[in-house]
Amino acid sequence: MGDFTTQELMAILAMQGFAGLSLFSVLLLMALGLAIIYGQMRVINMAHGEFMVIGAYATYLFSTFITAQMPGMLDYYLILAIPFAFLAAFVVGWIVEFLLIRHLYHRPLDTLLATWGLALIMQQAFRSGFGAREVSVRLPDWLQGSYRPTMMIDIPINGLAIMVLTILVTAGVAWLLYKSRWGLRVRCTTTNREMAGAVGINTRNVDRLTFALGCGIAGIAGAAFTTISSTGPTSGSLYIVDTFLVVVFGGAGSLLGTVASAFTIAQGQSILDFFIGGSMGKVITLLIVVAILMIRPEGLFASKVRR
Amino acid sequence: MSRASTERDPLLRRLRRSVVGSLVLAPLALSLAAGGSALANEEWPTEEVNTTGLAVTDDTVTVGILHSLSGTMAISETGSVEAETLAIEQINAQGGVLGRQIQIIQEDGASDWPTFADRSRKLLRQDNVAAVFGCWTSASRKAVLPIFERENGMLFYPTFYEGLEQSPNVIYTGQEATQQILAGLDWAWNEKGARSFYLIGSDYIWPRTSMKIARIHIEDVLGGTVVGEDYYALGHTSFGSAINRVRLRRPDMIFHAVVGGSNVAWHRQLNAAGINGENQDMLAISVTEDEVLGIGGENVEGFYSSMKYFQSLDNENNKAFVEAFKERWGDDSVIGDVTQAAYLGPWLWKEAVERSGSFDIDAIREHLPGIELDTAPEGYVKVHPNHHLWSYTRIGKWNRDGQATVVWESPELIEPDPFPEGYQ
Repeated sequence: MGDFTTQELMAILAMQGFAGLSLFSVLLLMALGLAIIYGQMRVINMAHGEFMVIGAYATYLFSTFITAQMPGMLDYYLILAIPFAFLAAFVVGWIVEFLLIRHLYHRPLDTLLATWGLALIMQQAFRSGFGAREVSVRLPDWLQGSYRPTMMIDIPINGLAIMVLTILVTAGVAWLLYKSRWGLRVRCTTTNREMAGAVGINTRNVDRLTFALGCGIAGIAGAAFTTISSTGPTSGSLYIVDTFLVVVFGGAGSLLGTVASAFTIAQGQSILDFFIGGSMGKVITLLIVVAILMIRPEGLFASKVRR
Repeated sequence: MSRASTERDPLLRRLRRSVVGSLVLAPLALSLAAGGSALANEEWPTEEVNTTGLAVTDDTVTVGILHSLSGTMAISETGSVEAETLAIEQINAQGGVLGRQIQIIQEDGASDWPTFADRSRKLLRQDNVAAVFGCWTSASRKAVLPIFERENGMLFYPTFYEGLEQSPNVIYTGQEATQQILAGLDWAWNEKGARSFYLIGSDYIWPRTSMKIARIHIEDVLGGTVVGEDYYALGHTSFGSAINRVRLRRPDMIFHAVVGGSNVAWHRQLNAAGINGENQDMLAISVTEDEVLGIGGENVEGFYSSMKYFQSLDNENNKAFVEAFKERWGDDSVIGDVTQAAYLGPWLWKEAVERSGSFDIDAIREHLPGIELDTAPEGYVKVHPNHHLWSYTRIGKWNRDGQATVVWESPELIEPDPFPEGYQ
């Protein structure tokens, strides 16, 4: 490494720092929806990845529609596709809660099985509906390429965009949970369902909305991921492990915990990745997470949850 | 009606060869339209061409197609199913094999290896198919291998793969690792002057074995250096750190075998990071036209792939093949390396059956080595006694439109060597 100037090394370090932040925003965006559902309702939603895929396919449909009908809009369609993806996943989540989840609230292990079955059904539905081939959307020009603060530093614009989106969504969720009336009702129900019902909160409505909202946020994550990678019927299952890792490590039920956990895992993984390579980096990250969970079984930030 | 007329031509050709002679040609040709099967019988009686209880009747022969129609691998295997079906339909239109129309039993391996084993058992034991065209991943091939060997079936396997296997019951129509890798690395060394290499791949058997071969070739044979070797889990999508590692090591050539959705992320992020064909050489063994469809032409433009086939190959066989494929499966379909290799399977089998005058597996096995196919879209192939194909290796440079321009072709056919000395 002798023939590098200090400047070059600094540039690479800066870009590496950004790579870590970029991974952090991806992990956080994936985990937010699940954190709400698992944290507030203790429902283990194995179909979380598939809700992301709904968002991804919604974005794909939207982009196909725009390409055919309003080619002039192509540069900005993604901004509109994100609410559309949210809505699609939100509606499906609402229906799923009504048909399936609400019958299983007192049987957490059964929700695990039922949502896993749901995930398989959804995968097959995607395959029948969209075909087995992976699809990807065309990126508008302004999202491609990189931002160059100096000659030697390239910051991918797509990564920046996802980071901004993650910040917006996280702020939105935080506001909803801690400042809105709905958030108050959710927190009441989480703390003590019976008492919440007794003071006049419609806990069923709260549950349904919470679940649908978590799914909707998964949809937003899916929309963002179509810009990184391609989407196929089984893409969701690739994300689910990382998602659970972040939520469990962070401590269920704590938004701050999820943020901290995504940050720790992302930075740890990306630094190890840089110094010792991909597969070993992942192994060591997982080992550290396991070790920390052995010491703190409740995760980084434990909070009171519904028993 | 149209079918009867297409059947007539090749049969007439065969009649000319046969002892029947030209005198009886006219009356026979007349009787053909009425009942062609009776004739097939006479020349190749069922009890003679099939002594082992295969699914062969007086006018049909049944083969199996075994690929994943559902699950993760369906994405990749669809093209192979399409190519095999097309080849069989074309053979049927020419009059079939030994005067018999080929019928297909299609089974779904569902991207699940035990299911592959189960379905192949069904095809061989219950349906008694005369040949099976199928499997894609090495894992699925390994799962069915013992069954094919026990039941004495014949599998035509289309994918380029890591080698280290040779079975009397499998014909490998794709390239084994050394054909694809060694020729590609030699090209990088000689033509591009690459001296340092960065190896990167998805984390499973094929990339790992391939990179092991690549490293040995680079370090021990060429005398170059490997400045990095990385593997990422299937489905990994954040390549920021990997890209920075590449930046730090500054390789002359990135040599990669990243697959699936990771492949898309890897190329898009390289492009976003300002690494492209203009400032970095990259050679892939996992990018075909199928993958580029997902990656997007603008993200691979200027990079290279080492394959034996590209859709853009400029020869008469290939033009006819591409046209027929698009006519059958739609104008927007693309044809990758494996799809073409899958297309060879039924033709090689037909040739072997006709040479041996029998459908029996032992008979065609004896006649398969040495079979040449000069109608192959890739140009010309020949079956080696080790059941792999002699083939050319080509380097394609990707264009923005998702097609490759062939910039180099191995000067001669490369001998398949599934157990390379010194590379294990």
